[in-house]
Amino acid sequence: MADLTTDFLGIKSPNPFWLASAPPTDKEYNVRRAFEAGWGGVVWKTLGSEGPPVVNVNGPRYGVIHGPDRRVLGLNNIELITDRDLQTNLDEITRVKKDYPDRAMIVSIMVPCEEEAWKDILPRVEATGADGIELNFGCPHGMSERGMGAAVGQVPEYIEMVTKWCKQYYSKPVIVKLTPNITDIRKPAEAAKRGGADAVSLINTINSIVSVDLDSMSPHPSIDGKGTHGGYCGPAVKPIALSMVSEIARAPATAGLPISGIGGVTTWRDAAEYITMGCGNVQVCTAAMTYGFKVVQEMISGLSQWMDEKGHTSINDFMGAAVPNTTDWQYLNLNYVTKAQISQDDCIKCGRCYAACEDTSHQAIAMSEDRTFSVIDEECVACNLCVEVCPVENCITMVRQEPGTVDPRTGKKVEEKYANWTTHPNNPGAVAAE
Amino acid sequence: MTNPLTPGIAPGRLSAEALAENFADLHAPLEPHEAAVAADRCYFCHDAPCVTACPTDIDIPLFIRQISTGTPEAAARTIFDMNILGGMCARVCPTEDLCEQACVRETAEGKPVEIGRLQRYATDTVMAKGDHPFTRAKATGKRVAVVGAGPAGLACAHRLAMLGHDVTIYDAMPKAGGLNEYGIAAYKSTEDFAAREVDWLCQIGGIAIENGKALGRDLELDALCNEFDAVFLAVGLGGVNALGVAGDDVGGVEDAVAFIKELRQSPDLAALPVGRNVVVIGGGMTAVDAAVQSKLLGAEQVTIAYRRDRKAMSASRYEQDLAASHGVKLMFNVMPKAVQGNGSAAEIELEYTTTEDGKLKGTGETVRLPADQVFRAIGQTLNTDAGLEIKDRKIAVTGPGRTSRDMVWAGGDCATGGDDLTVTAVAEGRDAAMDIHARLTGG
Repeated sequence: MADLTTDFLGIKSPNPFWLASAPPTDKEYNVRRAFEAGWGGVVWKTLGSEGPPVVNVNGPRYGVIHGPDRRVLGLNNIELITDRDLQTNLDEITRVKKDYPDRAMIVSIMVPCEEEAWKDILPRVEATGADGIELNFGCPHGMSERGMGAAVGQVPEYIEMVTKWCKQYYSKPVIVKLTPNITDIRKPAEAAKRGGADAVSLINTINSIVSVDLDSMSPHPSIDGKGTHGGYCGPAVKPIALSMVSEIARAPATAGLPISGIGGVTTWRDAAEYITMGCGNVQVCTAAMTYGFKVVQEMISGLSQWMDEKGHTSINDFMGAAVPNTTDWQYLNLNYVTKAQISQDDCIKCGRCYAACEDTSHQAIAMSEDRTFSVIDEECVACNLCVEVCPVENCITMVRQEPGTVDPRTGKKVEEKYANWTTHPNNPGAVAAE
Repeated sequence: MTNPLTPGIAPGRLSAEALAENFADLHAPLEPHEAAVAADRCYFCHDAPCVTACPTDIDIPLFIRQISTGTPEAAARTIFDMNILGGMCARVCPTEDLCEQACVRETAEGKPVEIGRLQRYATDTVMAKGDHPFTRAKATGKRVAVVGAGPAGLACAHRLAMLGHDVTIYDAMPKAGGLNEYGIAAYKSTEDFAAREVDWLCQIGGIAIENGKALGRDLELDALCNEFDAVFLAVGLGGVNALGVAGDDVGGVEDAVAFIKELRQSPDLAALPVGRNVVVIGGGMTAVDAAVQSKLLGAEQVTIAYRRDRKAMSASRYEQDLAASHGVKLMFNVMPKAVQGNGSAAEIELEYTTTEDGKLKGTGETVRLPADQVFRAIGQTLNTDAGLEIKDRKIAVTGPGRTSRDMVWAGGDCATGGDDLTVTAVAEGRDAAMDIHARLTGG
């Protein structure tokens, strides 16, 4: 069986599945149960400064986008950082870390953007024996109105400044958690690196209003008739997070900076994808909040099975493997020609491919009297819409046209050699191939 | 106190509680959560096969999507637009042979979307509120007679009334509804649904129902044609074929349709007599309904004897299995040869059959079953031709129910074309109404 042990910034954990800083890691009771369930590490729910803790709303905190059968696709929350006393949290962290020395214990912190505030809390966190800290520069709701969370994460200079303080007053690894509520994710990542961060983690939640109650005319969740934007997470945000991770992994300025991937990790497959995109581990929240801590068992068994099947003996074997294949549009091979092909044996004749193609794409699927659906190669631009709307996986596939054959749509021979937009005759800025 | 083993034909074989349980709704209505889960399974197919399979062409993917978005009222409107008896059809349609058989998820997984139950969910939602989603068009001053208040007649009358015509429905029976009221197994139409549906349908206005008026007995087609601008005949098939074997006139040999009718109208099922050993001759839905209900009344042994093989049986496999699951024995390739008994039936002799050159014939080998009660469910016949052209023993029609006589239309079981199903009758009544409307308004 593949070895899932990960070493992230020198922090060892039995597997790459950490629970993200969020409600599941709010207290000792939960974290002990999470470790018993098999989680490799946790990022403790964000601590604030000494003094009266923050308060949460006393009405609903969560809202959800559901898929069919009320599957949770996206989760929105307006919960703030820990609303429990600082010392209570520190005592609990100390006890749990002592009892679970083999698990990663990271402490998330969010205090005001003042050196004194960080100087005050960091030694106390260090004293817990935790393995590292994560700087919460991401929460988009509530705390950001007070100049913390995303309000810091949206200003690269602040990120750099605070990271420097942390490196100055704390001896163990510092992970900077990034907000996605920004135009170019590479800028805050670069700032974190300049500040000396050991790693970045991303994404924090996305500004969101999941729905409006059409009776009360209030955003949901509604607090006495009013709502506010919250932070969005869950499977729905994975594509956004994965793209942001790829940008940091690809950018020369940040390439090689360790990344902890966060955003909609629900199955082993999601985790494997984040790791191939350059992440050293992943953090999970919504899947646990939807299905409970036990869900990690499938992640462990699935990743392990896949690694065995692929011959990977450790996470490092495939970490970043997809990064070189993530490129800009302009470098995609325009001589790669495919056509959709429908397996008549697998087709259940629902006609969704036809409706989608006929109404919204290229009128490239024919429908016969007896509901046989077939691709019209002369029209098919290989957009993939039919593949994606078909309810039966692999019923419709994209088949590459052999080089040397003629594409019936264009009437042109399929060229064998790679050619992209940069040299295409239609590109006004094309550079002639040498 | 009698029990299932009491000899002969006797009432009260089961307790009142057992009878109440036996005759409860065959399928419990879907709860909102169940409906949401079931609706989520629909793929919203293009030019959906389920719609093609529906005799009334209900836009099934649309109504299911309307349920899934929390608007069952809109779903009901989609259903009623095409089939004003969508409530009854949701209960009695052989969906396993129609929409659900065509469902692509039947192809994909062997588990179709539960279209029938979803349809009931939508229609029940609206009917429970007493809402009637249609209003009448401006009065046309035209008057149409509809003969027969069964599914075809009701569907035709509603559509005509909605289009602004005044409709009088004549029906031979004391209550409207036709086979919905008198001819369907009780557990498919519980809580007086058929009668409630007629009341609900008539909320459209412009429909007068006169009961106790039978064509050929109390009404003549000539007179109706004189009095009304158009006539729609939906008289059903009132006659029952005889067995035509020795002893078919002894006591205990009965008409299955009459038995079901009596059962449906019985205020106290414990008072309804049923045999200890019941044999039903036939292979259609009526045979299954009579057999299953005999069993539910407490008959000890119930057998359906059908002269051809299982495949030829017109009752669906689902109905066959329903009967079997209630303990009804299905016998194939047997036909009645004689009913024995001294004044009343005691035994039935069945002869095995074989098919040679497409013709059914007896093999000479026989089997005898104890039989206190023998139900004939071997098809029904037209009672009166009303002077119209007849084809295949039914009123001949062309296109949307046009008979050989001008301004006279016919539909439902009494007319040629289509399966003898509630849903087919509704489609025929509706389409005839549209044709009548076109004629009356000079279209």
